[in-house]
Amino acid sequence: MYPILKAEKLADKIYLMEVKAPRVAKSCQPGEFVIVKIDEAGERIPLTICDYNREEGTITIVFQTVGASSEKMSHLQAGDSFHDFVGPLGNPSEFVKEDLEVLKNKKYLFVAGGVGTAPVYPQVKWLKEHGIDADVIVGAKTKDLLILEKEMEAVAGNLYVTTDDGSYVRKGMVTDVIKDLVQNQGKKYDVCVAIGPMIMMKFVCLLTKELEIPTIVSLNPIMVDGTGMCGACRVTVGGEVKFACVDGPEFDGHAVNFDEAMKRQQMYKTAEGRAILKLQEGDTHHGGCGHCSDN
Amino acid sequence: MDVMKKVPVREQDPKVRATNFEEVCYGYNEEEAVAEAERCLNCKNARCVEGCPVNIDIPTFIREVKERKFEDAANTIALSSALPAVCGRVCPQESQCEGKCIRGIKGESISIGKLERFVADWSRENGFVPKAAETKLGKKVAVIGSGPSGLTCAGDLAKMGYDVTIFEALHEPGGVLTYGIPEFRLPKQAVVQPEIDNVRKLGVKIETNVIIGKTVTIDELMDEEGFSAVFIGSGAGLPKFMGIPGENANGVFSANEYLTRSNLMKAFRDDYDTPIAAGKKVVVVGGGNVAMDAARTALRLGAEVHVVYRRSEAELPARVEEVHHAKEEGIIFDLLTNPTEILADEKGWVKGMNVVKMELGEPDASGRRRPVEVKGSDYTIDCDTVIMSLGTSPNPLISNTTDGLDVNKHKCIVADEANGQTSREGVFAGGDAVTGAATVILAMEAGKAGARGIHEYLSNK
Ligand SMILES: Cc1cc2nc3c(=O)[nH]c(=O)nc-3n(C[C@H](O)[C@H](O)[C@H](O)COP(=O)(O)OP(=O)(O)OC[C@H]3O[C@@H](n4cnc5c(N)ncnc54)[C@H](O)[C@@H]3O)c2cc1C
Ligand SMILES: Cc1cc2nc3c(=O)[nH]c(=O)nc-3n(C[C@H](O)[C@H](O)[C@H](O)COP(=O)(O)OP(=O)(O)OC[C@H]3O[C@@H](n4cnc5c(N)ncnc54)[C@H](O)[C@@H]3O)c2cc1C
Ligand code: SF4
Ligand code: SF4
Ligand code: FES
Repeated sequence: MYPILKAEKLADKIYLMEVKAPRVAKSCQPGEFVIVKIDEAGERIPLTICDYNREEGTITIVFQTVGASSEKMSHLQAGDSFHDFVGPLGNPSEFVKEDLEVLKNKKYLFVAGGVGTAPVYPQVKWLKEHGIDADVIVGAKTKDLLILEKEMEAVAGNLYVTTDDGSYVRKGMVTDVIKDLVQNQGKKYDVCVAIGPMIMMKFVCLLTKELEIPTIVSLNPIMVDGTGMCGACRVTVGGEVKFACVDGPEFDGHAVNFDEAMKRQQMYKTAEGRAILKLQEGDTHHGGCGHCSDN
Repeated sequence: MDVMKKVPVREQDPKVRATNFEEVCYGYNEEEAVAEAERCLNCKNARCVEGCPVNIDIPTFIREVKERKFEDAANTIALSSALPAVCGRVCPQESQCEGKCIRGIKGESISIGKLERFVADWSRENGFVPKAAETKLGKKVAVIGSGPSGLTCAGDLAKMGYDVTIFEALHEPGGVLTYGIPEFRLPKQAVVQPEIDNVRKLGVKIETNVIIGKTVTIDELMDEEGFSAVFIGSGAGLPKFMGIPGENANGVFSANEYLTRSNLMKAFRDDYDTPIAAGKKVVVVGGGNVAMDAARTALRLGAEVHVVYRRSEAELPARVEEVHHAKEEGIIFDLLTNPTEILADEKGWVKGMNVVKMELGEPDASGRRRPVEVKGSDYTIDCDTVIMSLGTSPNPLISNTTDGLDVNKHKCIVADEANGQTSREGVFAGGDAVTGAATVILAMEAGKAGARGIHEYLSNK
């Protein structure tokens, strides 16, 4: 059992939890993720490590409710426990292994979309701790959905916030900000790291390819075991099939086949839809009638 | 009763079992077991024992069954095997113990596996508990992986008096016994769980959710956590795909994913959360035990199932019993057929598979006749789900994070067959991680060898 020490609602549908998991906290690095399971019957849910405290043995996760399992998870409180909490999984971000002197001469641009702000945070923080200031763009649909602004401000070189609807700071997509920084303000970047919804990463990559900025994305395909055993997480990168859990989750964004990845993410939409109905409407919906199981 | 014939074993009716996940084979009851045991000749130089990789004293335990001394029989088996209820069910007995049985020359061999299963089930139902070691040696050994090799190695070491901890990457112990082999062949709650509990009762600790190489490395276990030796029994879990167009379409799964969703995550049960795309018309590609398990699982989830295999029935690598059961249940075999492309609709979902007919040519390196394409024989099979069951290879996680651990070109860990010694001092290995995908009983044999090797190493240290 892995006790939850803190549970907080950050914004509509977005939650933060601090979980005691000493083994994971001891060995994790930015870019890696964990898999959590709520109870005996729960799904294995992959979540990026948002922060860690090696002394306290804790891991921070931030998640958005999208389906039945994340909805169930959002009801957990401090004092409750996760049945399972395994990690770290995946590979650390590339810069963790890079020579610090080389790294110091590189200019990083981070682009975070929505709940993707959470996985970007430990990376920017790591760089800050190693004396490197990175620029960070955070995009949210609207002001109320903006998360971790203060935390990010404390570790970012420059922080640029934007909202789709213009309810805070500026109006526009993250791609508009990238264009503004590079084309109008004359900024130069050696590396861009984009994490957010697939569709955002796709459009950031289309733009950075034009701007010739090498770009790393963190993919979040459907996963089961997270250890390379099932192949559910396969993605095509540069024409080759990769398992995101062991070969990623970070990849060269310009080589990723996003259209395929987005289709694959939809795989359980119908099945999961039924699970949500069951959760919301109790015994009135089983999805077992045979008429609604077209998937 | 005809002494040349086996006492028949009762099975669930094929039509009924095709719709449920309950065990196919009911096993012997007491009377049937005793009657079968009476057929055994109690040979002096019993050849059956040579056929068993862990050398169970078969004539003795069968005699004890004949005399209705079931507890003695359980003790006899326990001297050699920690997982008798499992082996009695899934061992390829026909090519091992039973394949060597004298009775088999003129008539049918003794049903050694079914008798072993009977004794194991009897002792579980009657609360028989294995004895823990009395002396403690005060040395810690780490075992990586809780499949048959790890469980056996850990159990043997605990009996010798070592302080053993198993580290398991998944949330449940058991390896393939838990995530791979389906409920209807190997019930989890009733059979696997109690055998794992027996290993625990010997004093073995099992820590789940620990991935060696990620959560903690072998070097950290030895240098910081005080383990004097390590046994790697991490299996061969990495699935292969064909590399044909369309393989990433929605509805194409590895057998591992399909079986893991159904077995480990219990997707077939309403009260578990993990979904499975059951499919209406499923094509399973491959012909081994894993393919049969995937096919029979899909059938039970309500699909029409075809097994597509590129050679003929004679070459099917699956056990004859499994193929027979699959056919009885209504699985359709499309033999001498090979997939060339998977077709998807505009939303990315599988809608069919292009295949080509094959014929058998000259024998290849494996000694089996090589399938060659019949020109112009292409056609399309309509289907909504494809399950790739083309074999697995060892996961490189551990070898990549352990300096000085040699692997061969198939990524298998190099280890001495006799004692499991690897290229690293104090590190031993066995099971599928060393041999590539094999069998439960061979993994157990390797676990035993590893335990002996570790004992020898630590005794001389
Ligand atoms: C490496 C990785 C890191 C992630 N990090 C975060 C994070 O930090 N914060 C966060 O909010 N989300 C993160 N996700 C996504 C998160 O795992 C999914 O949102 C969650 O699994 C959805 O579960 P559900 O049952 O509530 O929703 P549904 O979407 O209804 O689930 C349906 C099924 O699809 C799977 N699924 C659906 N969408 C995804 C997805 N995007 N990724 C993986 N599986 C999916 C689920 O496992 C489930 O089986 C990450 C995913 C991966 C792979
Ligand atoms: C579907 C299927 C059906 C089969 N049917 C039969 C059959 O009928 N009869 C038969 O004899 N054999 C059968 N086999 C083969 C048999 O199950 C295997 O040969 C046997 O389980 C191998 O045992 P093992 O202990 O080496 O590895 P496994 O059983 O694979 O166990 C390895 C364990 O190690 C864990 N692990 C891996 N890496 C790490 C790590 N880095 N850190 C911690 N833990 C780790 C894994 O999660 C797993 O639990 C079947 C296999 C499959 C897949
Ligand atoms: S363990 Fe397997 S090979 Fe040995 S006696 Fe039992 S069934 Fe036969
Ligand atoms: S070889 Fe056959 S008959 Fe002889 S002891 Fe073994 S099981 Fe009995
Ligand atoms: S999640 Fe199973 S292989 Fe990646």
